[in-house]
Amino acid sequence: MIRTQEYNLNFGPQHPSTHGVFRLLLTLDGERVVKAEPICGYLHRGIEKLAESRTYTQIIPYTDRMDYLAAMLQNWGYVMAVEKLMGVEVPEKAEYMRVISGELSRLASHLIAIGTYSLDIGAFTGFLLAFRERETTMDLLEELTGSRMTLSFARIGGVAADAPEGWLDKVDKFMDKLPDCIDEYDGLITGNEIFQARTRDVGVLKPETAINYSISGPTLRGSGVDYDLRKAKPYGIYDRFDFEVPLGKNGDCFDRFDCRMREMRQIIRIVKQAIEQIKEIDGPVIAKVPKVLKPPKGDAYEEIETSKGIIGYYVVSDGSTKPYRVHVRRPSFINLGYLDEMLRGYLVADVVAILGSIDIMLGEVDC
Amino acid sequence: MIENATALVEELGKKFDYIEVNEQSSVIVPADKLLEFMQALKDDYGMDFLTNETAADYPSENKFEVVYNISSIEKGFTIMVKTSVDRDNPELPSVFPIWGGANWQEREVYDLMGIIFTGHPYLKRILLDYDYEGHPLRKDFQWKGGRE
Repeated sequence: MIRTQEYNLNFGPQHPSTHGVFRLLLTLDGERVVKAEPICGYLHRGIEKLAESRTYTQIIPYTDRMDYLAAMLQNWGYVMAVEKLMGVEVPEKAEYMRVISGELSRLASHLIAIGTYSLDIGAFTGFLLAFRERETTMDLLEELTGSRMTLSFARIGGVAADAPEGWLDKVDKFMDKLPDCIDEYDGLITGNEIFQARTRDVGVLKPETAINYSISGPTLRGSGVDYDLRKAKPYGIYDRFDFEVPLGKNGDCFDRFDCRMREMRQIIRIVKQAIEQIKEIDGPVIAKVPKVLKPPKGDAYEEIETSKGIIGYYVVSDGSTKPYRVHVRRPSFINLGYLDEMLRGYLVADVVAILGSIDIMLGEVDC
Repeated sequence: MIENATALVEELGKKFDYIEVNEQSSVIVPADKLLEFMQALKDDYGMDFLTNETAADYPSENKFEVVYNISSIEKGFTIMVKTSVDRDNPELPSVFPIWGGANWQEREVYDLMGIIFTGHPYLKRILLDYDYEGHPLRKDFQWKGGRE
């Protein structure tokens, strides 16, 4: 192989394929990547520090601003950690509302992931179609929470409100329609020859490496590791639903993409079962919690499965109304930790394909 | 075989005489035994997934507490391991050789809390600017703004 002089290329921070403000300092040998240094922090707002001077309830809207494409899942992880700290029992109906709104959030996030990924690869149609269904999801979430993206729907002890009248039927109807839409994406994107040529055997991630580097979510499962917290250690009421965890075989970009695609079909299953079961439950959507929250001294760590991977909240209380320390284990951040090695040896054109397949959210990476 | 976190913590308490278990079932390890203990956790007990690594500052006790949440992929449970570092000399061995997942998490802790992880291959600021002064998550960090 002929070696030429290596040179540096700045990819980002202002580049549409980085899905935000993210910079990669690539060292190239011709068109091959020799080394890649990910540089993040352009969106760092210091949420962990800000949280120390807010009350427990005031922190919920900050969690929205991390992964704003799946805000409900962010809220949920945080309130679960505080509930564990306080020993609050969440009413059954609230758990169901969390599952339905959380899974809709996950759906919205996955639709963005596959839509923007097909755009990264060069398929504009896939992007438009995914946004069509995402719009319906956003409308449903808006009707429930009053907000399209920054939902702040979870509360410590439950959720903000019960479903408005007829809302569950609307969700049900949408879920009936969705399989046809996913078939359409499958035909247009997944089965597309150019798409497959661009993504198969690109950015291969071995299962043992993925585990070693704490990679989670569809990026981990694309490598064939069966680890979805909803199944591995069911939180909330996830043990009541019958669903599968889609796994990949080769751990390449295509498998990661396909995992998300198949996960969407599982979302339909979960939501349909949840709607079926919630109709028989009556009761409050929020537990009786005091107006001023003062969790006892101590710490708690809780983690849930979001659309990007495992989000964990570590909350320390000193017995006052404000948390002593809040730390967030952000899946997008940790999933990027192996990017350098993942990119080495591939072409510049593959960089976009590999980065897109990890599905990062910069608000969450930089926190 | 150990099937859940409680059983594992109990077993660890019997096996290693230098660890302590607190009432929330977190394992407290002295800093000088950290690497030895973590290696045993991974090799002998199959705790192969470092979920979370972070730190908290306790100036009143003159210490940082570094917190590790470690899971087993196969069994699906998580345990919490803690260790204390002297606030005047915040140095701790890196667990990067055991779990690669510590790579960016330790850089983040270093950046925001100022704990130096010895043996980390690339301990550089990750979220803040390279020439930033101070470590914002320390309790004595002075900052402008806020709500006072």
